[in-house]
Amino acid sequence: MGMKQPKIRSMKYEEFKNNDYLEHMVEELREQGVNVAVSKLDDLINWGRSNSVWSFLLGTSCCAIEFMALGAARYDMARFGFEVTRNSPRQGDVLLVMGTITHRCAPLMKRLYDQLAEPKYVIAVGGCTISGGPFKNSYHVVDGINQIVPVDVYIPGCPPRPEAFYYGLMQLQRKIKLEHFFGGVNRKQPKPEED
Amino acid sequence: MNNSFLDYYSLQPVTSWIHDALCSVMPEALAIFLECVVIGVVLVALYAVLAIILIYMERKVCAAFQCRIGPNRVGGKGGLMQVPADVLKILTKEIIRLKNSDHLLYDLAPYLVILASILTFSCLPWNKGAQVLDMNIGILFVLAASSIGVVGILLAGWASNNKYTMIGAVRSGAMIISYELSMGIIVLAMVVLSETTSLSGIVEGQANGWNIFKGHIAAILAFVVFLIAGNAEANRGPFDLAEAEQELLAGYHTEYSGLHFGFFYLAEYLNLFITAGFASTLFLGGWMPLHVAGLDAFNNVMDYIPGFVWFFGKTFFVVWLLMWIKWTFVRLRIDQVLTFEWKYLMPTSLLLLVLMVVLKVSGLVF
Amino acid sequence: MDIKDKILKIVPEVTFTEQGDTVAVVPLASFRKLAEALRHDPEDAMDFMRDIVGMDWGETLGALYYLESTTSNRRITLRTETDNRENPVIPSVCDLWATAQIKEREAHDFFGIIFTGNPDLRRLFLREDWVGYPFRKDYDMKSNPLNMTNEEDDDVAPTYELGSKGELICGKNVVFAPEEFVINMGPQHPSTHGALRMRISLDGETVKRVDPVCGYIHRGIEKMNESLTYPQTLALTDRLDYLSAHQSRHALCMCIEKAAGIEISERAKYIRTIMDELQRIDSHLLYFSCLVLDMGGFTPFFYGFREREMVLDIFEETTGGRLIQNYNMIGGVQADLHPDFQKKVKAFIKHMRGIVHEYHEIFTGNVIVTSRMKGVGVLSREDVISYGATGGTGRASGWSNDVRKHHPYGVYDKVEFKEILRTEGDSFARYMVRMDEIMESLHIIEQLIDNIPEGEYRVKTKPIIRVPEGIYSQSVETSRGEFDVILESHGDKSPYRLHYRSACLPLVHTLDKACRGWKIADLIVIGASIDLVIPDIDR
Repeated sequence: MGMKQPKIRSMKYEEFKNNDYLEHMVEELREQGVNVAVSKLDDLINWGRSNSVWSFLLGTSCCAIEFMALGAARYDMARFGFEVTRNSPRQGDVLLVMGTITHRCAPLMKRLYDQLAEPKYVIAVGGCTISGGPFKNSYHVVDGINQIVPVDVYIPGCPPRPEAFYYGLMQLQRKIKLEHFFGGVNRKQPKPEED
Repeated sequence: MNNSFLDYYSLQPVTSWIHDALCSVMPEALAIFLECVVIGVVLVALYAVLAIILIYMERKVCAAFQCRIGPNRVGGKGGLMQVPADVLKILTKEIIRLKNSDHLLYDLAPYLVILASILTFSCLPWNKGAQVLDMNIGILFVLAASSIGVVGILLAGWASNNKYTMIGAVRSGAMIISYELSMGIIVLAMVVLSETTSLSGIVEGQANGWNIFKGHIAAILAFVVFLIAGNAEANRGPFDLAEAEQELLAGYHTEYSGLHFGFFYLAEYLNLFITAGFASTLFLGGWMPLHVAGLDAFNNVMDYIPGFVWFFGKTFFVVWLLMWIKWTFVRLRIDQVLTFEWKYLMPTSLLLLVLMVVLKVSGLVF
Repeated sequence: MDIKDKILKIVPEVTFTEQGDTVAVVPLASFRKLAEALRHDPEDAMDFMRDIVGMDWGETLGALYYLESTTSNRRITLRTETDNRENPVIPSVCDLWATAQIKEREAHDFFGIIFTGNPDLRRLFLREDWVGYPFRKDYDMKSNPLNMTNEEDDDVAPTYELGSKGELICGKNVVFAPEEFVINMGPQHPSTHGALRMRISLDGETVKRVDPVCGYIHRGIEKMNESLTYPQTLALTDRLDYLSAHQSRHALCMCIEKAAGIEISERAKYIRTIMDELQRIDSHLLYFSCLVLDMGGFTPFFYGFREREMVLDIFEETTGGRLIQNYNMIGGVQADLHPDFQKKVKAFIKHMRGIVHEYHEIFTGNVIVTSRMKGVGVLSREDVISYGATGGTGRASGWSNDVRKHHPYGVYDKVEFKEILRTEGDSFARYMVRMDEIMESLHIIEQLIDNIPEGEYRVKTKPIIRVPEGIYSQSVETSRGEFDVILESHGDKSPYRLHYRSACLPLVHTLDKACRGWKIADLIVIGASIDLVIPDIDR
């Protein structure tokens, strides 16, 4: 079978922290089983997708500044193929939610997620996004965006260092590498009913 | 002039041999049809490959300007496979159909843009005997065909039913139509110099020296004006108002996803190449090697290098120039762009046309 | 003449409280008269309104008005209140100070105070369908659960007048007429620098009106402070204006120290001042990067970040954080300076001085840049004062408003530095002020870096800090302008009300003024040149 450990260049499999989660995913996929030709095609498409993660940013506060540092010369995310940040939700692959999501912003974030073209992923960056962070007790802050949209990767930190960003993005790459193109991942969200 | 090596590299005998061979086994009409299909496929393949090369080049060039490394992780050293990965991703991305848009025009727009781009692309003379569309009004055809693109952009902006795309499209329409004037006038000036409107004729005419040397002052200024106008035609910075990321998100193609967006993306880079290609054809001799009248030995040495190498060399040099401009300058504002064209660039190009005619008539060109 | 005497001459009923700051308690009936008289005082007009702080004093609702004169830099605080909690009505002063317009909206949003005469009394930070006023002490925190329905844009702004019998008459002001071409920019937009939303009415490409819609990152920090102890409140200041993290926190620390009578060491003062200036350089470098990026120039963006990383390295060694450092503490700073600190700072000063010409070569001197920024988005000196647009934006219009000069804190009174002033008031002047301030900050650091006195970096404080009753305030000059901390204590271990004067809220208010008649592309440049940090606006 084509199910193997997803490889990330110059970072060993063992060096990632949460491999059990990934192994669980592999296990699940193995149970479903696919034929060899299809799985090879899957591998090819996943290779393309995982190496071309174009981000679509919803940067509301501090974490977005660290993302800018990620794009600058020292950290240079272009090396990984994350170079292109699209500003139109139709053209992005991953919704990077950076910063606190407030009650006023929450319906908007949901709408942006709905507007993204499939296959789409969500990364929650920073403590505020993941759980409300220091503002958890506020009357106007959503405590965890996973209540609103499905989150693929969490990058904790306040704000996360650029290295943490990379780690999170690589985790997303590993996750993408374990998906079936010919099996439902192209639609994470049910198609909206036609009126 | 000794043109032996030029003839040696010429593809003319190859193509006629293939044609004869095909005609010997099938009726001529079928043979021509078959050839057209093959050439079409080759063109599209070349188009795609060039787009990949250009995108990769752009990323690496801008990385170099910005003291970065650029893509280096995907596919071995240097990230050579970065763009193919992007292409694969875009191919498998969902194409979103908007509910409240004009579906026919919305779907048509990217094809119009890519059609215009491929039509002009196929007029480029690659090598001696390797020119797909070669007619006696070649350069006029190019000007006409490239104008289809703006229709596509306008349609895309209109049909998306979005205010941002609309503004982007109108900007782009106003800008491209304006700059086409300068472009046309400069082309006319070069036609005056070359005494022909056929692209292959223009290249052949530069056998004893490139136009930029033959027309000296007028041609050098014309080259600069052509680059500026061409840059605007290709919607590239500092004239990238139609997309203007920081103002209009993605401009006229904001609502396009997946392959349709890919078409716009592709056309954008190929238009850059096409602009550069015509700049090198009109001014830098196209596939013609560097010849200096009188130095036959030198000319012979130059002739050893095949024509398509010359063509690609010059074109990529101009592409690099345009990238340099894009990554250095900040964006202009729409009224400045139009003022620049109508108040300065167009009068300049008209003057250049007159100057060129005067030079030509009084025999001051080489 | 003393300001107190002057006030008493205008309105004899005024009483003064002296706990903490001097506050003039003005009866509601004569408030408007006093405000007008102070604003139009011929010798020393109180023409700069620093802030309006809405207050809930239990029985009464009211507001504190912080005024300052731009000629003598004298300050005064007015307090007025109403005991009608159903329909609390206070006359608006937005015809006297333009900035009052948005400040009154804020107080209306949080406390439900109705300012009669304010032309646009929509909610500012919260949704139009929000129930209740969250900053009132009797507000039920659970009364507004997450509402995922899409928000309707309100194109009509309510405005209130008092009728002849004292009844409220609600009028309507049209913000955007139905036939106008209104585009929506943000909160997800690459050049709104965060979650700012603007609705822009266009005529072709020309901007007719800008209506900033705030609150997409409103976290209710001020309300949260009321249930936190003083050391806990510190943590949230870093997240206000994350590019002035040190400075905002510095202000809160100074305010609490002043109120609680804690004397900090000289060393801590030096460290704080140096860190403030480094932070200013960091922020202005980012300003440069963002400005060029918003203008479509990608390469200069990397220049700013190249040097900014060096500043961040210096921060990181000492404080452990890159962006948010949590460094200032009540009584001093968190940790002593890293042994390499001085060496690295000196190396950075040398490097920055040697490299700044690159910025000017690629960007400042560029013909496109000058043609896009010179003369664009002009704010006159009167405008910036009336709008309360402090910081570089005000100084670019010729308003000398540097808190470091006029109300020195830290060790700013011991260093020699120029206040950068320009008179053009356009985008280019705003940009140049920032670039020159980088150089001036280097100059300040240079004077301090070798003279840091020995001593403890943090004095011991009691584990539980209680602040004596009173109203205290402290202002600092952050990277973006004047930032004030206004603290009302009732003697508990947590503040009764802790308000921050956002430096950016007046700035975002000036956008409409600055952008009218310019193009969309100019709006982006003006927005970038004014230098907004959205979490600071929304708090």
